[in-house]
Amino acid sequence: MSSFDHDPVIEMTDIAKHFGPVIALNGVSFDIRPAEVHCLLGDNGAGKSTFIKTMSGVHKQTSGKILFEGKEMSFDSPRDAMEAGIATVYQDLAMIPLMSVTRNFWMGREPTKRFGPLRMIDFDKANTVTMEEMRKMGINLRSPDQAVGTLSGGERQTVAIARAVYFGAKVLILDEPTSALGVRQTANVLSTIDKVRKKGIGVVFITHNVRHALAVGDRFTVLNRGKTLGTAQRGQITPEELQDMMAGGQDMVALEGSLGGTV
Amino acid sequence: MTDQIQSATGPQNDNDDERVKAMGGVRRWLIRPELGGIVGTIAVFTFFLIFAGDSGMFNAQGIMNWSLVSAQFMIIAVGACMLMVAGEFDLSVGSMIGFAGMSIALMGVTMGWPIWIAILLTFALCIAIGAVNGIIVVKTGLPSFIVTLAFLFILRGFTIFVPQVVERRTIIGGIDTAAEGDWLAPLFGGEVLGFLFQWLSDIGLIEVFSRGNRAGQPVIDGLPMLIVWAIGLMIVGQFVLTRTRFGNWIFAAGGDAQAARYVGVPVERVKITMFMFTAFCATVFATSQVMEFGSAGADRGLLKEFEAIIAVVIGGALLTGGYGSVVGAALGALIFGVVQQGLFFAGVESSLFRVFLGVILLFAVILNTYIRRIITGER
Repeated sequence: MSSFDHDPVIEMTDIAKHFGPVIALNGVSFDIRPAEVHCLLGDNGAGKSTFIKTMSGVHKQTSGKILFEGKEMSFDSPRDAMEAGIATVYQDLAMIPLMSVTRNFWMGREPTKRFGPLRMIDFDKANTVTMEEMRKMGINLRSPDQAVGTLSGGERQTVAIARAVYFGAKVLILDEPTSALGVRQTANVLSTIDKVRKKGIGVVFITHNVRHALAVGDRFTVLNRGKTLGTAQRGQITPEELQDMMAGGQDMVALEGSLGGTV
Repeated sequence: MTDQIQSATGPQNDNDDERVKAMGGVRRWLIRPELGGIVGTIAVFTFFLIFAGDSGMFNAQGIMNWSLVSAQFMIIAVGACMLMVAGEFDLSVGSMIGFAGMSIALMGVTMGWPIWIAILLTFALCIAIGAVNGIIVVKTGLPSFIVTLAFLFILRGFTIFVPQVVERRTIIGGIDTAAEGDWLAPLFGGEVLGFLFQWLSDIGLIEVFSRGNRAGQPVIDGLPMLIVWAIGLMIVGQFVLTRTRFGNWIFAAGGDAQAARYVGVPVERVKITMFMFTAFCATVFATSQVMEFGSAGADRGLLKEFEAIIAVVIGGALLTGGYGSVVGAALGALIFGVVQQGLFFAGVESSLFRVFLGVILLFAVILNTYIRRIITGER
């Protein structure tokens, strides 16, 4: 991977986020470069969601610095972050099942054309682009007006990813995209992540599954109890070590032993 | 729409995804939201052509009779439909109708202001109340069911209270006299295309009065503005919902508000606008009604909110939002009007209309739930 030739797109140093008396994040450092997949691992409650929301402009950090393309970043809303090129695909809120793939794909950015005094959605363009972008991601739609509800979970994630890529994302944040998927669908989503990386986009891949992370990740950062425990490069860390770090130093090996296999 | 789909799917048939089951033509047609409305309309017309065909229901006056009733339902159904697609209800529609009519009467008759001022101010007032409904729902996150139920009582209460205090009665007449010569009133109470009906009677397609001081004139003077409003609102509603950006946002707001927000859809603004539009439709209904009757009554519009919702559900909209069709809702309203008046023509006890309503509502909801399963692939 040549991603180390590039400067980070987003560089976060020592981020803290408090909600009243609750310390959700307490010293998180993280960066993402173009054309890399940076996995953020953490157990439930480690602060992953708060972290994503801080990165994507939903929350403002209590302290710490966020640089976006070298400049201090201050987004007032997720919309601002999106305009700047930070796209987030949420686990279960990516798509609206009752609406067609095209309507979902363009939601919020519908292409319009003039028809006399009326402005209407340019469905010819919208449908053609949707079919084309989905084909690039390896999904052949029956028709662009197919409801998203008829797609599998993996395909829905892929529509959301294709949408983010089409609208010029520089950084793509994926919130547990594989957590609810079966083996085959997980493989499809992981290969989509690989395609996105090859386009030069920085992917932040949030997961608690070490194997999914190791399958596509270039770098790995573990979040535990609101802190990052350091970043490792591909090949420098074993699955067992990652697992242990996520569990917060508890002896997962002993636990695994008692279960007679890998967790 | 259909030909675009075909052209887009055409070249792909050779490399179809093996995981996507081919969808038959019938099944595809089944998931159109208008299905229930179309089937119901055909069934209802067939029924009454057989059982009331010779009762005068399908001569010019009979057609005008049920068209007017259907058009009334249609006007409020269009508003209720778009609001329901946006994921909300408005139970205050019926009270709003009474309130708006009374507001026009109080300003135009009691206070003696010109009718056009009374109409415009009433529209402004009612749309503002619609906005308040919407703002409360959006800001508190409470179900619109409860918020608009409160307004159902608040508005109805004022509609009874104010004229009692001011006029010592709950029905105010004289609006027709006050509206004479007004420039805005004919937009709601007038008729258009009179020459067309004159021509239709000249060629013998509709009857003429044979006696009385109007002998020789066609039995129908023209197309009532009520029907023009109904068809106009339906066309505008359907266009906005299916063809425009804002329409896509309406679907999105009702389908999944949070997902819509994440991609930058102004969900709050969309919902408030739809509450205002529903109030607008109720006011159109009320204005047309007071112009037709020449009076406003405190009990006008009773139960209209439920009738509107039933028409919308018959028209294929899901109560949970995110799915529905304005044309479907208009067909639901047509079914409503035809059955209500048809039972009268067929000489059936009119209380059976309520039985019919309940039964058809149940059928519609069950059908819609089934269709929803097909679309979303739930089992």
